[in-house]
Amino acid sequence: MKKAEKITFKIDEKTCYAWPGQSIVDAARDNGIYIPSLCHVEGLKPAGSCRICNVTVNGRNMTACTAPVGEGMVVENDTPELNELRKTIVEVLFVSGNHFCPSCEKSGNCELQAVAYRYQMMVPQFPYEFPVKGVDARPDLILHDRNRCIMCKRCVRGIEKDGKAVFSFEGRGGEHLQISMDIDLASQLSEEEAFEAMEICPVGAILKKERGFAIPIGERKFDKAPIGSEIENSVEQD
Amino acid sequence: MKETIQNVIEKYNRDRNRLMDILIAIQNMHQHIPEDAVSIIADQLGISKVDVKQTITFYHFFTLTPVGEYAVYLNDSAVANIKGRAEVVQAFEDELGIPFNSVTTDGLIGIWDTADIGMNDQEPAALINGTVFTNLTSEKVKSLITGMRAGKDMLELMRVIDAELDGPELLSTMVKNNIRQKGAVLFSDAYEVGYALRQAINRTPVEVVDEVKRSNLRGRGGAGFPAGLKWDFCRQSRGEEVYVVCNADEGEPGTFKDRVILTELPKLLFEGMAIAGYAIGAKQGIVYLRYEYRYMLEYLESILQELRELNLLGKNIAGKAGFDFDIRIQLGAGAYVCGEETALIESMEGKRGEPRNRPPFPVQTGYLNKPTVVNNVETLCSVVQVITEGAEWFKSFGTSDSSGTKLLSISGDCKNPGIYAVEWGVTIQKLMRRTGANNVQAVQIGGPSGICIGPDQFDRGIAFEDLATGGSVIFISEERDLLKDFVLNFMNFFIEESCGSCGPCRSLNVILRNKLLKILDGNGVEQDIDELYKWAGVGRSVNRCGLGQTAANPILTTIENFRHLYEDLVQMNESFVSAFDMESAVAESCEVVGREPNLSR
Amino acid sequence: MSKKILATTSLAGCFGCHMSFLDIDERILELIELVEFNKSPIDDIKTFTKECDIGLIEGGCCNSENIEVLKEFRKHCKILVSVGECAIMGGLPALRNGISIKECLEEAYLNGPTVGENTEKIMPNDPELPMLLDKVYPCHEIVKIDYFLPGCAPRADLIWNALVALVTGNELELPYEVVKFD
Repeated sequence: MKKAEKITFKIDEKTCYAWPGQSIVDAARDNGIYIPSLCHVEGLKPAGSCRICNVTVNGRNMTACTAPVGEGMVVENDTPELNELRKTIVEVLFVSGNHFCPSCEKSGNCELQAVAYRYQMMVPQFPYEFPVKGVDARPDLILHDRNRCIMCKRCVRGIEKDGKAVFSFEGRGGEHLQISMDIDLASQLSEEEAFEAMEICPVGAILKKERGFAIPIGERKFDKAPIGSEIENSVEQD
Repeated sequence: MKETIQNVIEKYNRDRNRLMDILIAIQNMHQHIPEDAVSIIADQLGISKVDVKQTITFYHFFTLTPVGEYAVYLNDSAVANIKGRAEVVQAFEDELGIPFNSVTTDGLIGIWDTADIGMNDQEPAALINGTVFTNLTSEKVKSLITGMRAGKDMLELMRVIDAELDGPELLSTMVKNNIRQKGAVLFSDAYEVGYALRQAINRTPVEVVDEVKRSNLRGRGGAGFPAGLKWDFCRQSRGEEVYVVCNADEGEPGTFKDRVILTELPKLLFEGMAIAGYAIGAKQGIVYLRYEYRYMLEYLESILQELRELNLLGKNIAGKAGFDFDIRIQLGAGAYVCGEETALIESMEGKRGEPRNRPPFPVQTGYLNKPTVVNNVETLCSVVQVITEGAEWFKSFGTSDSSGTKLLSISGDCKNPGIYAVEWGVTIQKLMRRTGANNVQAVQIGGPSGICIGPDQFDRGIAFEDLATGGSVIFISEERDLLKDFVLNFMNFFIEESCGSCGPCRSLNVILRNKLLKILDGNGVEQDIDELYKWAGVGRSVNRCGLGQTAANPILTTIENFRHLYEDLVQMNESFVSAFDMESAVAESCEVVGREPNLSR
Repeated sequence: MSKKILATTSLAGCFGCHMSFLDIDERILELIELVEFNKSPIDDIKTFTKECDIGLIEGGCCNSENIEVLKEFRKHCKILVSVGECAIMGGLPALRNGISIKECLEEAYLNGPTVGENTEKIMPNDPELPMLLDKVYPCHEIVKIDYFLPGCAPRADLIWNALVALVTGNELELPYEVVKFD
């Protein structure tokens, strides 16, 4: 692939290259730069809902997962202001759900927790809310724990059965919104689909039954190195 | 039941994009959307049940359980509260023996809170099965309940409280329009139906767009985007199929100008839409009408029919070969955020009203992914006058950055609430004199998402470059508790109305409200005010849409302009105060085990 | 340099944080050079005999006694540190926060699978017993807390680094591996 076909732009002083139409977050990754994101998964339509990937372009903030790169664009990413905002967003997510890391099967592999580690959250600056949310364990293969949900909509966008959405938003607003699971469809998920559902969830809200705590502490995804370091350590390829 | 639901779905051609209409029809039939109906819809439209339910549960007026044969939705806006809503609530609860937000055991009457219904000039007001009842009192409530128990219909119900009815037959309503001041652009007596449209079609579409551009007409819904430029962008998208959408989802608490335009000047609006259709090459116009204004639906339909008969809508309009344009009305179902243009488009497609990510913009990818112009009611009406009188004439009103006139919906503590057509630039002081507002502590401009200012700023003017507003002005007198009666009400409003998609909007507003409560309860310290201010600034820089970016404005602007009110409430000499109360914290456990709480230490 | 005085306690916790504290191993000998223990389960001093420089709090507040002890610590310690998830956010005991206290008590004493003979349906109600709170509270909602050390339990290195930083006034070192929530 030739550079000539690509767009040139900058992230924090570094010259980067992107395919036309590529989102800032994906292009950054290809250039060895990590922009944190929780709701974004490559291949799914971007939601722009967690807001953690906010970057600054021309003095305006925009979500790097929804904004396409433009020729000559100058993107600010790793700035104290943005990092402060990102940490704040993570803290909001922590207090508005029930994130009991010590008892969660996803701990160590959880992206929310990993972003909190990366931004060195010692304690959220906001009071814990302990909202009352439900657990739905009816399907044979999966368990849905709304207490841990951060409503990134990855499952809503990514998990289908026979072309129909298995998960959807329910309600609206700050106190009533949650994800609901279609019990009929969820009960028909195959082993692989159930595993995929667990994998697409960045936190421990969707779990495949009988798979908890499979990897010992110390060997999990984010035990030794921060989230994003795999991108930052990747060798840049032309 | 199955058959009737099937018929409804067939009526809308099993079109997933018409899910709103399907649900509205079923809700009206059954006072809720029964579980069986959810299954049938899901089956017929080929989507999952949770997918159907995610649309149902997004909208305030769709419910999964019955809301009562008579569903009473009582406005819960701040102004309703200062105008005596509590007394009305009490009367309903006492007479029916049930708390608010529930239904009588016989299923006859349900009483529900609802966000602003656009009647701030005649509060307390409620919708009963879609019909508006204004200026309620406890006495009227008693009569209404007697009437409902006797099975009276809406017209009879209005009679039992001796309501004075206004308007043409199809719009027989007790809603008063309260036009206090007419203006040169709107409510001028000079309007002649069809004149502007005929003028427009004698020019090329580009000339029409240019005229609107030259007039500097900016969007009247609040955001103020230049209307001509928007049309131009849409033309540049070169879509085969394009749409004109009129945003009549007037939901900003305190605004009711579109209500008055829609009932007084519907032809002006529809003519404006036809001109827009001509300018951008659209064949279809859609009015997105908020559900709260359903009472005017039949009337508006009749006006559309009248215009068709006058050949001002339909095919070869006004004799212009090939100029076909018609309008349909799409009802909403109760969601403030749908006033945001991309959320409105999502809603028109039968989905949850969640704002879209931009780019692409609606002028590129809008309704059904086709280029779409979304204009406010007042903007489209102004277009007619721009075409009739010319851009220069239009620009002779207002200020250099804000041309023309503006309809203000004025309410709160003043003698003459109602509609005032003013030139941009008018000062708050002048408005106070004109409306008879005395002892004003604060003025809320642009609704909860706008700003709250104090007397030291009353010399400022209403204009895009100064105090921008989509039309709402609320006067708040000195006797009011600004933080409790207004700021808290506004925050609860935004929490309820957030679509929930953006994390910081969904959850941070709850955190802010709770911090405000901590201060209101006397458990705050000075640091709490500073934190509240800092946290309130986050949404503006990270959230996707206008709602999320402005939801903390009630807190931000009152800390900026009324910090002393907060300081009066907090314990200024303490660095930490706990809201923990031992007595209430142990009460339940002691009761359960059967012991006396020991609170001596 | 005079030794700093240290107090520790476990409120609604499992003593795991104290165990982790002891995991500093031989460094405990260094610690003894730096600090003197006052009220703490480590030396079994039951009541404060001195004003302390640093108080380490393990566990959140689930009953009235926890509240009392925590307030006493605030009174006698210049600096208070929440050590571990329970102190910081209630931790595992706070899993009950979404469940009514009635249901919790009935499950524990009347209906649960581990309940033996309780024909009289008695629940602990002696006036001498601490009273259960409606929910488990993070410590910083009750008193002002100055620092927070997350983990379940916090890694021994984190506790050690934090104590050294507090005692010496040097900046706290936070390598990636030591800050964990589990």
